[in-house]
Amino acid sequence: MPSVSRDVVVINKLGLHARPAMQFVDVANQFKSAITVHKGGDEPCDADGKSVMQMIILAATEGTTLRIDAEGEDAPKAVQKLIELFESRFGEE
Amino acid sequence: MEIKKGIGVSPGVVISTAVVLDAEDLVIPRRHVEPEQLPGEVNRLSAALTSSAADLSRLRDDVTGRHGKEIGAIFDVHLALLHDRGLVNQIVSEINAQRVTAEYALSVVMRRYASKFEQMTDRYMSERVKDIYDIEKRLLRTLIGQKREDLAHLTRPVVVIAHDLLPSQTAALDRKHVVGFATDVGGRTSHTAIVARALSIPAVVGLGNLTGEVTGGDTVIIDGTRGVVIVDPTPEQLAEYRELAKKIEYAGEKLKEIVNQPAETLDGHVVSLQANIERSGDIDEALEYGGQGVGLYRTEFLYLTNDHEPSEQEHFEAYTDALKRLNGKPLVIRTLDLGADKQTQARSQNPEQNPFLGDRSIRMCLHDIPMFKRQLRAIMRASVHGDVRIMFPMICTLMELRQSKMVLNDVLEELEDEGSPFRRDIPIGMMVEVPSVAIMPDQFAKEVNFFSIGTNDLIQYTLAVDRTNEKVAGLFCPGHPAVLKLIRDVIRAGQRNGISVSVCGEMAGDPLYTLLLLGLGLNIFSMNGPDVPEVKKIIRSTTIEHARQIARRVMSFDSERQVMHFLREETRKIIPEAF
Repeated sequence: MPSVSRDVVVINKLGLHARPAMQFVDVANQFKSAITVHKGGDEPCDADGKSVMQMIILAATEGTTLRIDAEGEDAPKAVQKLIELFESRFGEE
Repeated sequence: MEIKKGIGVSPGVVISTAVVLDAEDLVIPRRHVEPEQLPGEVNRLSAALTSSAADLSRLRDDVTGRHGKEIGAIFDVHLALLHDRGLVNQIVSEINAQRVTAEYALSVVMRRYASKFEQMTDRYMSERVKDIYDIEKRLLRTLIGQKREDLAHLTRPVVVIAHDLLPSQTAALDRKHVVGFATDVGGRTSHTAIVARALSIPAVVGLGNLTGEVTGGDTVIIDGTRGVVIVDPTPEQLAEYRELAKKIEYAGEKLKEIVNQPAETLDGHVVSLQANIERSGDIDEALEYGGQGVGLYRTEFLYLTNDHEPSEQEHFEAYTDALKRLNGKPLVIRTLDLGADKQTQARSQNPEQNPFLGDRSIRMCLHDIPMFKRQLRAIMRASVHGDVRIMFPMICTLMELRQSKMVLNDVLEELEDEGSPFRRDIPIGMMVEVPSVAIMPDQFAKEVNFFSIGTNDLIQYTLAVDRTNEKVAGLFCPGHPAVLKLIRDVIRAGQRNGISVSVCGEMAGDPLYTLLLLGLGLNIFSMNGPDVPEVKKIIRSTTIEHARQIARRVMSFDSERQVMHFLREETRKIIPEAF
């Protein structure tokens, strides 16, 4: 079972608030792989990438580094798509 | 476990599952459920999620249509949270792991997240806590709402817990399955109390914040005899109350045996036990309990249940129906006693400053002679169908009594002129329910054929206590020596003047006062049908001589506590299961 990990930095101004979190989960749900998002720093925590609530709770503000872990046959594709979301600033500024 | 003290308004004990109405404040106490009920709780949660999501979609489309996509998108977040499988799974595990109700598990999980939001330093994000509360409330309303809707189609017995029961709510109840009531507010004359007594199910009112402390599905004991409600009873309490309920049921079975026996003391003194009714349909049940007639027909319900004042024909039909059901047994019709705690729609729009001392009852009738006459005409026209008697309520002065009789005479003349048949010899009586009459009863006794003591109002006006006000209801006591003195004097005045005297207040149906009233010389006791067998049992278990001794002793006491204590002891000697 392939497993992929990649770091990504939140670059949109408002951070990973509700709407970006929803977009993230929408994309994550298109894949079979289990997706976990890890936040390091002073208060490290993990979120289920398919749970809107947990993604919001990460409170990933602008500049936060997150690690996306995906495990499953479509893991590489999933991580690729999710990184693209961050790079597009979730359609925001 | 929680023991709550209130006012018992309908006797008996019941142990059952709670259904809570009107949980507006949405306080969700921790409530355990039995393991076999857990799948049911999970199903309730999914149903609430589905129906809330459907509501939200509709709301989103509506808002989007009117205010644009940006605003509508707010609800997308809510919807996404409702569909969040991770979140739902957490709530489900909470239900199963802690064995709690869906609403409690939901609350716990949501509050856990809410506190995380509040800890966030980013203002923009921590603001989202409002969404969490919003969703929580929506789901809770749906969860509680499901139970509310179920009230009309129950499949198992329940007790109804409410802030207050409204007539519209009791109308929708599935009466077969509702076995008890408990409410936050209310007094003995509240709608809840009346309905509970009519259904013969235990009820306790005036319990404060009971709705905040009970969740639907809780086991609740309602002890309407002692005015106690126990939420989530301990196994010991359950055992104790099961035993008590069994005893009461057994006593009830025994009481049925005496339904067809006379209300006669061991030494042959006979009294009459009659029923208080609100509508003619109550008569059949009253007769089944052994009522020997109707000592009080409260005609207000004809006015309160209609949105218009009843026509003469509507009155006539109700009274004729009652007389036919009674088949020759007496029917005492009390003329309209509206006002104070019984308001019609029109009157409640112009509230009086002090309604209990205001334009109520006979005063109101004498202010609206055409309305008064419609009722009197109907009674007189119905008089050919049986033993009907007229009783005027709330008489305070001789003038009021004479005016009322004059109106009645006018009616008789009218009917005679029209050639309508009626009986001229029907007895005319009056309620004795204000101190001004009870203090000088002889003068009134000379002008009527009977007295009926309305103890509820007589006590209220003598002791200056509004018993519907839970703050002072505890001061309302039929055993107050001043009240007893008035009752004794009225009964004696009746005897001196050769007219019959009855008591039609709740005191007549309270077994605690049976020996006393019997000993004071009361001949007619009028009470709610279900109270008849127990009162009869006491009468059949004593002698008039013994009752007189008890009455003499009671009249020597100077406090209601002594009176109550003594009567409780004496009554317990006769029927130990009574208290």
